[in-house]
Amino acid sequence: MIRDVEVLVIGGGPAGLCAATAAASLGAKVLVCERDDVPGGQLVKQTHKFFGSEKQYAGDRGIHIGQMLVENAVNDPNIEIWTDSTVLGIYEDGIVTVLVGEKHVKVNPKKIIVATGASEKFLAFPGNDLPGIYGAGAVQTLMNVAGVKPAERVLMVGAGNIGLIVSYQLMQAGVEIAAVLEAGPRIGGYLVHASKIARAGVPILTRHTVKEAYGDGKLEGVIICELDEKWQQIPGTEQDIKCDTLCLAVGLSPLTELCWQAGCEMRFIRELSGHVPLTNENLETTVEGIYAAGDVSGVEEASSAMVEGRLAGYAAAESLGYEVEKAKVLKADAAAELAELRSGPAGERILAGIKKSEALYEEVKGGK
Amino acid sequence: MLYQNGIPTKEDIMGVTPSEERFAKGPVAIVECFQKIPCNPCTKACVKKAIKVEPDINEVPVVDFDSCNGCGLCITRCPGLAIFVVDKTYSETEALVKLPFEYLPVPQKGQVVCGLDREGKELGWFPVVQTFSGGKKNMTWVISLAVPKELAMEVRSIKVGGYKDGQ
Amino acid sequence: MRLQEHPILEFNRGEKVTFYYNGQEVVGYTEETIAAALHAAGVRTLGHSPELHRPRGLFCAIGNCSSCFMTVDGQPNVRVCVTKVKAGMKVEEQKGKGVIQDD
Repeated sequence: MIRDVEVLVIGGGPAGLCAATAAASLGAKVLVCERDDVPGGQLVKQTHKFFGSEKQYAGDRGIHIGQMLVENAVNDPNIEIWTDSTVLGIYEDGIVTVLVGEKHVKVNPKKIIVATGASEKFLAFPGNDLPGIYGAGAVQTLMNVAGVKPAERVLMVGAGNIGLIVSYQLMQAGVEIAAVLEAGPRIGGYLVHASKIARAGVPILTRHTVKEAYGDGKLEGVIICELDEKWQQIPGTEQDIKCDTLCLAVGLSPLTELCWQAGCEMRFIRELSGHVPLTNENLETTVEGIYAAGDVSGVEEASSAMVEGRLAGYAAAESLGYEVEKAKVLKADAAAELAELRSGPAGERILAGIKKSEALYEEVKGGK
Repeated sequence: MLYQNGIPTKEDIMGVTPSEERFAKGPVAIVECFQKIPCNPCTKACVKKAIKVEPDINEVPVVDFDSCNGCGLCITRCPGLAIFVVDKTYSETEALVKLPFEYLPVPQKGQVVCGLDREGKELGWFPVVQTFSGGKKNMTWVISLAVPKELAMEVRSIKVGGYKDGQ
Repeated sequence: MRLQEHPILEFNRGEKVTFYYNGQEVVGYTEETIAAALHAAGVRTLGHSPELHRPRGLFCAIGNCSSCFMTVDGQPNVRVCVTKVKAGMKVEEQKGKGVIQDD
């Protein structure tokens, strides 16, 4: 049996939930497939207060924003959410296969919004496979979702927002932070996050990296060293940091497998953190009827992911013929919100990436 | 340097410090937010509309010290925990520093705690004058410490645990 | 170690049960993943790599990578970071790449 749906949203994180609610608000019938057993994506472990403006619920904690987005979606009669449901493939005839629990289910959607998010990057150094070396998100899951103290003493690699925020959250769980390393010459995350852990006595060491990790069967310590202006290790600057845990917060990669498989034109765009599906101003990919929203089309803050979700949701509903005039207004509002969030120095990089993506989209579409 | 280690410089702090004349009039908010990021809940938190992020959400906040009455509502609303209130009129020799706090255990009124500066250096032991919860959903505490006046612009954090009873 | 108190969070761990790790009884909760319960019990090495037999621990904790594969109730290559604890469940370190059992 094939299940017909109007809009299929793949991923129940901030982008996916907002996409579903937006499309449903205009009248579209929406199915959300979430691979985890609860919707909310990575918001379920974000205990800190979000930035942005009122429109993106700034000042509220990520966990609470997640709960609210889930409630909105669950209470919407136009939305159905399948949890424990992993989308396996998007086929040429438009059929999407989903593993629902242990059952293989076929879905025939009119429109698809891919909101699969991103995964943590890894780092190459000797000893990097020792138990005790985690993605920063993994310790966050252990402590904030499971409530397990994940470590005694942590060395954090990466002073972007994830590295800084997870360091703070580790301290809130009673874990000691030995230091935060950053290979670059400047702290990449928000300085207020950096200042928060600096005044708790945590050293943030820019131009530092991991030389090697050591330990007998599990992590016991890490040799760190300084980097010169050409990002080369400076001999003689080694320090031995004793720790039972090393957290890697060295960036995220868009989770784009389904976009590749669906035949979306993909390009490597550095500013968007890797290979991404090319999209237009409606966040539609080069495959008609397939949209991409959130980290899958460029790694950014969750506040932007939520607005992107809304934009894609309105666009999908509009293309189905739902409240076309109203959709245009709502899309313009969402686009204006995104422009505002990205208008400062913090948004320069992502904006440059999106410009490239949109230009390449035009090129590909024009050439056909 | 702020961009290298997260510690604001003296110059950074000077730029957000009110005049001594203003300090002499009572409590005032010190917003230690130095970077252009898209964020503005502080502007909505202030009932006096004393904090402005204009013309764009990416600007750094600016406090109108004459409108600010030091009520402290903004402390728990700032997602960056970057707002403090300093009251140099607290007593002859001491100032009150109100700071945000999100660790356990929460210091209690009547205890003395070890105060830290912006680098996490210990500055001494200071009595907790008052504690205030941001509420069930907000969950950020505001802790008021009585510190020597000359440390009013230095004490910005509390060493977690090991609090002592008494003055 | 499980956190008993937290400045922001409350934890709903579900029902307390026991399961088996390499034949040893371990306490877990029904709302916890196997990986979380093993971490709480101090077990951080979940397996060994099939070729070089290097120890392997958890890496992503959300089902993206394959670092946490274990054999659960005879089924190999189970991502224990996204699989919940059940009473009496048998969790074992996997030898090699694992062979899927026929039903």
